[in-house]
Amino acid sequence: MADSPLPGLLDRIASTAGRVLRDRLGVDGERLDELVAFAGRRLTGEFEVDPFGFDPELTETVLLPLLRPLYRHWFRVEVRGIENIPDTGAALVAANHSGTLPVDSLMTQLAVHDTHPKARHLRALGATLVFQLPVVADLARKSGTTLACNEDVEALLSGGELVGVWPEGFKGVGKPFSQRYKLQRFGRGGFVSAALRTKAPIIPCSIVGAEEIYPMIGNAESLARLLGLPYFPLTPTFPWLGPLGLVPLPSKWIIEFGEPIRTDDYPPGAADDPMVVFELTDQVRDTIQATLTELLELRGTAFG
Amino acid sequence: MVVGVARYLGARLAERLSAEPGIGHVVGVDLVEPTQSIGGAEFVRADIRTSDIGRAIDRVAPDTVVHMNILATRADAGGRTPQKEINVIGTMQLLAACQRSPSVRKVVVKSSTTVYGSGPQAPALFAEDMVSGAHARRGYEKDAGEVEAYVRGFSRRRPDVGVTILRFTNVLGPDIRTALSEYFVLPVVPVVLGRDPRFQLVHEEDCVDALRLATVEHRPGIFNVAGDGFLVLSQALRRAGRPALPLPTLRSPFVGGIMKRTGIVDMDSALVRFLTYGRGVDTTRMRTQLKFEPLYSTVATFDAFAGARTRGGLLDRDRIRAVEHAVRGVLTGEDTRGR
Repeated sequence: MADSPLPGLLDRIASTAGRVLRDRLGVDGERLDELVAFAGRRLTGEFEVDPFGFDPELTETVLLPLLRPLYRHWFRVEVRGIENIPDTGAALVAANHSGTLPVDSLMTQLAVHDTHPKARHLRALGATLVFQLPVVADLARKSGTTLACNEDVEALLSGGELVGVWPEGFKGVGKPFSQRYKLQRFGRGGFVSAALRTKAPIIPCSIVGAEEIYPMIGNAESLARLLGLPYFPLTPTFPWLGPLGLVPLPSKWIIEFGEPIRTDDYPPGAADDPMVVFELTDQVRDTIQATLTELLELRGTAFG
Repeated sequence: MVVGVARYLGARLAERLSAEPGIGHVVGVDLVEPTQSIGGAEFVRADIRTSDIGRAIDRVAPDTVVHMNILATRADAGGRTPQKEINVIGTMQLLAACQRSPSVRKVVVKSSTTVYGSGPQAPALFAEDMVSGAHARRGYEKDAGEVEAYVRGFSRRRPDVGVTILRFTNVLGPDIRTALSEYFVLPVVPVVLGRDPRFQLVHEEDCVDALRLATVEHRPGIFNVAGDGFLVLSQALRRAGRPALPLPTLRSPFVGGIMKRTGIVDMDSALVRFLTYGRGVDTTRMRTQLKFEPLYSTVATFDAFAGARTRGGLLDRDRIRAVEHAVRGVLTGEDTRGR
């Protein structure tokens, strides 16, 4: 190649173009170089996903940066108690769920990644509906979410991962605005059993702010049934303003991680004992509810 | 005795076993003569769907029977009806013959992870004891489940016979032809819009090795067999240098019809569900109890296949790399060629 004049000419054009980009236009060469390398890796399939479909590179380079402006400037998320999340090893973060759309789980994932000294990834658990929807199902898997079923939770926890669960499920996200900050029932406590079985500590997490992003003032039940959804929200802006109604209201958020509740000093078989499971579930629930009340007072007005 | 010897993996296993010194006599059974070398194995023609197979077993009196005559694609059988007949009736006939035969001491069944199905409610990793939801099955998924049910019935009636069921993930490699391999060879690959399923593969060599191990050693039980690691569909297509064509559905008669009529690839509902939701299986038991370590990971399997079959695609990796290097060269002002 070297003795043919054409590549030499091309090289000269290329290096000149590079110099202009770098020196005259002030483009950060290093950063761009990294981006091109990233694009190359993506286009040639040089990346890895774990058994749950988690793609750390895509999450860190594309998905989390897309959420960051919303996190920083729109919701102005304040994180408290991040030191309660261990640097290594399994732990189960259990949080309250609200906001019509599960924006709170995305923000918690980002909060853990951005404020934790080890930048850990919170592996969220999602409902079956998440995995039925095209696009959403993929993005969920690639950002580390998996199906909320016992097998997956225990596999993640035994692998030493940090797992996030929203035990209220649809009862929490889809509750009317009048019920805000009132915790719903915590299912059957499957998350507690999984934590007991794998001896992972449970970290109660209280999220303030998500309730106000899409205040749900009504539910078009027949439409929801028709579409096969658990609810069809009516908010002051949706569906009246069309796609504009999808813009969340800019409420002020506080996410607090509470002190870990240990599960390793229970006798074997405790995971199948309904008394132990319900007691622990109630303990987690009461902790979150009490913290929510405190945080609400601390925050003052919702949009301040 | 290897049943289903006319197909690629059957022939490979027969060839492999007949070359092994510790094994006395290898017999390959199938309806048609194998087109490939089966080594020193003897070929016996028998129709697995009839009592033919019983007579063959009576005459040969094998101590080990390897059942590899379960067809994943209807094109291999010549339609869905014969496929079902070969899979279900064939297995029943074969097992009935084995049950009667006093010589049989071991039965190895080449099953597939299709028995788990795939769907939005599937856990990330299926372990061997997690077969459920048989009601929703159609086509090959149903066959695979029924075949295993018959095998379980057989092992109840003949507790003295060691039964090994190997559930393989999709087998791929430089030589084997399956619905999935032909799918990846398409110049433009149709995918389901907004779906990027993850999956595991097993290399054809590893597949034959695992079957050999189960035949030679005594390892009764049910085992998932898969290479390490995972691929997602988009990633696989990029490694193969194939552009994807996202379609709202692969199930529509239009898409399926075009692909079937042109004889490109025959996609049945099980494959379509697989390409929509993907599947993952747990291979702990394969390592601890079957004591089998695959040589090829999922990615290495795919690359071995892609290296042999999908060179020079529209988005060939070498071309992309060349472009990447050129662009990076421009940006950093260094000569990156030769790196």
